[in-house]
Amino acid sequence: MTDAPFIEIEELYFSRGDYEIFRGVNMTIPRGKVTAIMGPSGSGKTTLLKLIGGQLTPDRGRVLIDGQDVHRLSRKALFSLRKRMGMLFQSGALFSDLDVFENVAFPLRVHTDLPDTMVRDLVLLKLQAVGLRGAYRLTPAELSGGMARRVALARAVALDPELILYDEPFVGQDPISMGVLVQLIKRLNQALQLTSVVVSHDIKETLSIADYLYLISDGQVIAHGTPQTLDTNQDPRVSQFIHGEPDGPVPFHYPADAFYRDILGDTMTTKAG
Amino acid sequence: MKRSKTMEFGVGLFMIAGILGLVFLGLRVSGLTLSAPNQSFQLEANFANIGSLKPRARVTMAGVTVGRVESIELDTQWYDARVVMSLDSELEGQLSRDSIASILTAGLLGEQYVGLSVGGDPETLEDGDAIRDTQSALVLEELIQQFVSNMASN
Amino acid sequence: MQSKFSSSSARITRLGRRGCDLIEAWGRAGVFLAQSAVSVPSREGWRLWLHQMHFVGVLSLAIVLVSGLFIGMVLALQGYTILVDFGAEQALGQMVALSLLRELAPVVAALLFAGRAGSALTAEIGLMKATEQLTSMEMIGVDPLRRVVAPRLWAGFVSLPILTIGFGVVGIWGGYLVGVEWLGVFEGSYWSNMQANVNFISDIGNGVIKSMVFAVVVTWIAVFQGYDLVPTSEGISRATTRTVVYSSLAVLGLDFVLTAVMFGGL
Repeated sequence: MTDAPFIEIEELYFSRGDYEIFRGVNMTIPRGKVTAIMGPSGSGKTTLLKLIGGQLTPDRGRVLIDGQDVHRLSRKALFSLRKRMGMLFQSGALFSDLDVFENVAFPLRVHTDLPDTMVRDLVLLKLQAVGLRGAYRLTPAELSGGMARRVALARAVALDPELILYDEPFVGQDPISMGVLVQLIKRLNQALQLTSVVVSHDIKETLSIADYLYLISDGQVIAHGTPQTLDTNQDPRVSQFIHGEPDGPVPFHYPADAFYRDILGDTMTTKAG
Repeated sequence: MKRSKTMEFGVGLFMIAGILGLVFLGLRVSGLTLSAPNQSFQLEANFANIGSLKPRARVTMAGVTVGRVESIELDTQWYDARVVMSLDSELEGQLSRDSIASILTAGLLGEQYVGLSVGGDPETLEDGDAIRDTQSALVLEELIQQFVSNMASN
Repeated sequence: MQSKFSSSSARITRLGRRGCDLIEAWGRAGVFLAQSAVSVPSREGWRLWLHQMHFVGVLSLAIVLVSGLFIGMVLALQGYTILVDFGAEQALGQMVALSLLRELAPVVAALLFAGRAGSALTAEIGLMKATEQLTSMEMIGVDPLRRVVAPRLWAGFVSLPILTIGFGVVGIWGGYLVGVEWLGVFEGSYWSNMQANVNFISDIGNGVIKSMVFAVVVTWIAVFQGYDLVPTSEGISRATTRTVVYSSLAVLGLDFVLTAVMFGGL
């Protein structure tokens, strides 16, 4: 176990069209810990995960995973790096033409030459870990949202990766399946000694599992630290987010002209005009 | 597993149906025969006017198709049309040297084809020989012109 | 004056941007085709291809064959009423066969294929994109172009020519039913006139070549539209419409070009 960080993000710039999503993001994500990246909706958290996974290429800056620059790798090297990562998508992203068993078996089948009986044992083991061994013959359409996410989690860990990226794992879950997921992420991290990156805006759940937190807003990291230090952080932007206050430095309103001018119709740019 | 077997079977049937369809089109619709195509020999004939004869037109003898027109080109020595025909090899060495090739029309508006009729010369035509005695196509306009000028002179 | 100039220059800029977008889309589509069609076939790929053959080929068979039958029957009926005026009804077989093999089978089968299989391909791939299945596949380290797109492309390439042949066969049989069985054209002349005038290479062969070109174009459009769409429900419905519209136009336009090259002595 080395202490070198698993992921390093240096001076990352990324824009979509004219809109700059990241303006110089720096992060180091420690090995074997749960790191949470939080921020308001639309702050580009999912985009950050896609940059880490090498699906998007930044305008400037670099992302190092275990010392390898993700965006300098050849396609082949990138794909073999991805075998060491798992990613849990917001929607679960199960393959709709395969059943639960085949979904979990998919990474094993494409990346290993294991005999069928061993694949079967491994898949059932992973499904047991997420508590869905009994559901292995169901199709994704028959699963509830929470179950789909758990199956996706079993698929993400099928190859025993070193890194798991969680994209909004708690969104749209009822309290029970939310609790189940929190437990699972925690347990998996401890049992498999893997590095986890959780992108989320659910404060309570994320604080309960994260070892370290990054808070991004406006294309930059505005604060980072352990949950305890962030809880007492005096920066108004941080405390607004952590304590969930409706209005503050992060405005409730989308930028607009002064309200009375819209009402009076002076500068309203209508199509008819 | 079972479903995938029936699916594979279905796809197999589908592809066999495609091949059978192509065979049907070949044999029944375009009249391809499976006999070797090289069993033929070639004859040439020069015509003053071929009308609208096309390559691949039929060559008949007593109404029986015995071959087809291979190519038509302008003979720059005589400025007439040289027609190359390939005929059934059974006829090689059977047609007399003074056979007549004429361009005929199937029906009033039908397509044009070459008709052969045999002469009495004991010598016969071999591969690559030319038929000397030919009759050009009837061109309707010339026919009418002749008819009109005959009427006028009478 | 100034504003007139600037508004027209803005219009030119907009036109230029459209042009650039169009060229870029063409480039993306070309790279997409090259990357996905050229992939090393594996045993797994073979199985996936088979699966898609079932989906785009076998399941399109019914609509294509039924349409072929009706078109052959209509051709015979219409052709008979015209030919009988010239006393040339024995040429019915030739007319039905030639119009089917040269034009109607490749074109109508391709149009039906675009509507039946093309739109389904677009929607399926689009939905896989919208539900992040393609992204997650990429994150598992599997190239979706090879895993998802390539089998569908190749299934389309192979299916449409087979469907076209089926269309032609059934159409000729439909013409036979109406012409010979119903209207009383002599059976011998129906077939012999057909055989005398249909050439295997230049008529059937060219028809099949046409259908191969259409197969590539229609499948390419369908799969690319699915892969390149905006992953929302509106994006999927638009892309599906675009697939049918673009591929119909491409088929009809290319048909003219191909006909000019094959039969027009160009």
